[in-house]
Amino acid sequence: MKLNVNGSTHEVDADPATPLLYVLRNDLELNAAKFGCGLGQCGACTVMVDGKAIFSCLTPILLLEGREIKTVEGLGTIDSPGPMQQAFIEEQAAQCGYCIPGMMMRAQALLQSKPDASDAEIQTTLETNLCRCGTHMRILKAVKRARELMKTAAMAPASGERKV
Amino acid sequence: MNAPRLPNVTRRNLLLGTGALVVSFSLKDHAFAQESELNVPAKPPEPVAAGPKLPGSLADTPSLDAWIRIDADSSVTVYTGKAELGQGTKTSLRQIAAEELEVPPASINLITADTAITPDEGFTAGSQTVQNSGTAIRNAAAQVREILIQQASGKLQVPADQLKAQNGRIVGPDGKSIGYGEVVMTDMLHVDAQPKSKLKSPDAYEYIGKPFARVDIPAKVTGGPAYVQDMRLPGMLHARVVRPPSWFATLKDIDTASIKAMPGVVAVIRDGNFLAVAAEKEFQAVQAMRALTNLAEWEEKPRLPNEQDLPAVLQKSESEQGVVAEAGGDFTGGVKTFSAQFMRPYQMHASIGPSCSVAHLDNGTMTVWTHTQGVYPDRKAIAQMLGMPLDKVRCIHTEGSGCYGHNGADDAAGDAALIARALPGRPVKVQWMRDQEHLWEPYGPAMLTKVSASLDASGKIVNWKYDLWSNTHSARPGSAGALLPGQLMASGYPPDKPVMSITPLGNGDRNAIPLYSIPNMRVLWHFVADMPVRVSSLRGLGAYANVFSIESFMDQLAKEAGADPVEFRLKHMEDPRARKVITTAAEAFNWSSEPMPEGRGRGFAFAKYKNHAAYLALAMEIDVDKETGNIRIPRIVSAVDCGEAVAPDSIRNQTEGGIIQSLSWTMYEEVNFDNTRITSSDWSTYPILRFSAVPGSLDVHIVDNPGSPYLGVAEAAQGPTSAALANAIANATGKRLYDLPFSPARVKATLGV
Ligand code: FES
Ligand code: FES
Repeated sequence: MKLNVNGSTHEVDADPATPLLYVLRNDLELNAAKFGCGLGQCGACTVMVDGKAIFSCLTPILLLEGREIKTVEGLGTIDSPGPMQQAFIEEQAAQCGYCIPGMMMRAQALLQSKPDASDAEIQTTLETNLCRCGTHMRILKAVKRARELMKTAAMAPASGERKV
Repeated sequence: MNAPRLPNVTRRNLLLGTGALVVSFSLKDHAFAQESELNVPAKPPEPVAAGPKLPGSLADTPSLDAWIRIDADSSVTVYTGKAELGQGTKTSLRQIAAEELEVPPASINLITADTAITPDEGFTAGSQTVQNSGTAIRNAAAQVREILIQQASGKLQVPADQLKAQNGRIVGPDGKSIGYGEVVMTDMLHVDAQPKSKLKSPDAYEYIGKPFARVDIPAKVTGGPAYVQDMRLPGMLHARVVRPPSWFATLKDIDTASIKAMPGVVAVIRDGNFLAVAAEKEFQAVQAMRALTNLAEWEEKPRLPNEQDLPAVLQKSESEQGVVAEAGGDFTGGVKTFSAQFMRPYQMHASIGPSCSVAHLDNGTMTVWTHTQGVYPDRKAIAQMLGMPLDKVRCIHTEGSGCYGHNGADDAAGDAALIARALPGRPVKVQWMRDQEHLWEPYGPAMLTKVSASLDASGKIVNWKYDLWSNTHSARPGSAGALLPGQLMASGYPPDKPVMSITPLGNGDRNAIPLYSIPNMRVLWHFVADMPVRVSSLRGLGAYANVFSIESFMDQLAKEAGADPVEFRLKHMEDPRARKVITTAAEAFNWSSEPMPEGRGRGFAFAKYKNHAAYLALAMEIDVDKETGNIRIPRIVSAVDCGEAVAPDSIRNQTEGGIIQSLSWTMYEEVNFDNTRITSSDWSTYPILRFSAVPGSLDVHIVDNPGSPYLGVAEAAQGPTSAALANAIANATGKRLYDLPFSPARVKATLGV
């Protein structure tokens, strides 16, 4: 079946019952979404589907044909990081970093639909995602920073370079 | 980590392949005696040479070229036997090497723990990476720099004392210069380190102590391969283990034909009570694991104690007694005596990413990529388990999800090796499921402590008795019996016999001795050898429960003495650095004894980790909701002195993390079980702190001491945080909590609402 991930279409040869997470990590060799629990309890596997944050560990690919899937890889690259990634780098918001891609995608989904989300809304939204290293304070700072960077990026002229 | 290093790359190949000028290499193959968490008897290190001890890990691995290599193109490679566990090691060690070698940190190629190419530095544990490896690398780097200068002096015809190292070159007064690569010669660095090095003075530092971005973060936030979980080798199979439903369960006969017939399944492996499945695709392995779980029948044994009775069970199970400290001997003085008892339940590491490993048996050599804390001990255990010679097993550290002690990493490595042995030629990745991590990792041991002390008429502590009941906090590998698959397989290696070891590093007794000046003191460890719950080291070992007990009790005594808690601590503290950290935290917090609004309280606590590592004090302000038992924390202020602050942002990051993690342990965490099974199998049955509970603000003040020795910091916050919270609750409500965790239900029950 065909999956649209980060703007390109991929032909995937997998059992339609396969959770998206395994397809992303193995068939498409995308590293960002992580296996944490497979139970919808931790958020390490969070990606966006049609702009909404979902647990990819619970979502079989058969539900996803024709939907727009976005992962951290679709936010930018190491050489040209997107605003969310830039914010996490600036705030040095990681210890082991394992939970971070999931945090970024959930925050991205929030800020994309609600660019002016309040600090409290950010904190509430991230409630579904666990971090064991205790990086919470920095994650919150990074998402707040991303809120600013995303606005700046949105204001930049369409023809101009993406400012991050 | 960019690409996983391939199994057939040995150090020799590396050397031959790159035309490097270091041609020989020697590692002293002795046991790793530096970490007292070990319960395997470690061979004492051979004396390196007569004379003064070499700094840090140079004492065990003295050859300079074991640490630093310079190639003909002037590129610098630094080797460390320590691993990156999410604490920023790869960055801070680069900063240290760069400082003395005068090259930009980012230009250094840093190779971490790999049994084929790096020094044996035992375990990455006990916050000792910068202390041991950092000290070795720093001294080695300084000595290499001086050797390069000496060598350049001949080539440039300029006296050595007029030359300096600068940006990868040796530069003379007239601007004449020569690159490191041009002066380095065969075997030049194959010399043993000297006891003394010409270290740069702190005022000349360019990198140490300067904010420096972590090198691993950009890849981690852009989807680069960063963890063993991200490894994909050509032809790699995916494997899953099927664990027994409980400890002591035995597997009945099983016909696995139906599983073998499932799509993609390549093998079902059974060896005694060890059961696993390997498949071409990951989800096929998961489906086969589920089917196999349903198929397998186990004989279970109800051997777990009643979790309500833990204090009594621990006391009943005492097998031996050890004196941790004894001073004075007059326990009759004072005008009033007080006592208290504290309890810490079993708690787990519970990394967000369950344990994972890749193993590959190729041409008779087993290569294992693992997020272990000790590649050498892990190799030894795996070799024993497989009956293979040591030199046919190679362990390469590859990062995993956050590591807070001895978790499932080594077991997963053993699983992968055992499965890969059955599938020669094909790499095998084993990924544990969430319940497997929760149920089978070794837990932080339950502990019971009892303390009593007397105050004299002036409110000074005149005597102090402290008793702790605890298992060992170390059951790390070194032998096959420390690996789960080693225990489960038919040839069943028994777990190592736990031994009580009382050393300055501390184990269950870590931080059991209060740092305060108390004339008469007795501290006893009532050693519990066996408990039917698997335990090993969890961040801080005994320090968490001991500091919780001591610092809770100090507040209690302060109250009895009618003294302010901060004043009371200072009154009993002579160590000037401790005093400084205590006053720094108190001032930054704006500490006072002024009454607070109803339900609000402040709490303070202090400890010097291990009594010889970082000093940390913290104060917090909390609100207790009497109706729900919920605790909110508007602010926390901490101060930390870890000697010379090599990487201040990393110190802050680790301290913030330690405080938050300790809050989670303290407010929520407890492993539950019935008489047969552990019941804390996922995040709903073992809740941890979520975003709604984080403090409103959290400040970390670093008390820097340039030029003074590094003191490990990563675990310093665990103990003080728990006590500060207990003290704040007592301050807010007048009621003290003695048993961890302070769950809303327990808070409510204590308040009698
Ligand atoms: S891995 Fe999907 S929620 Fe935990
Ligand atoms: S940074 Fe390690 S789990 Fe969040």
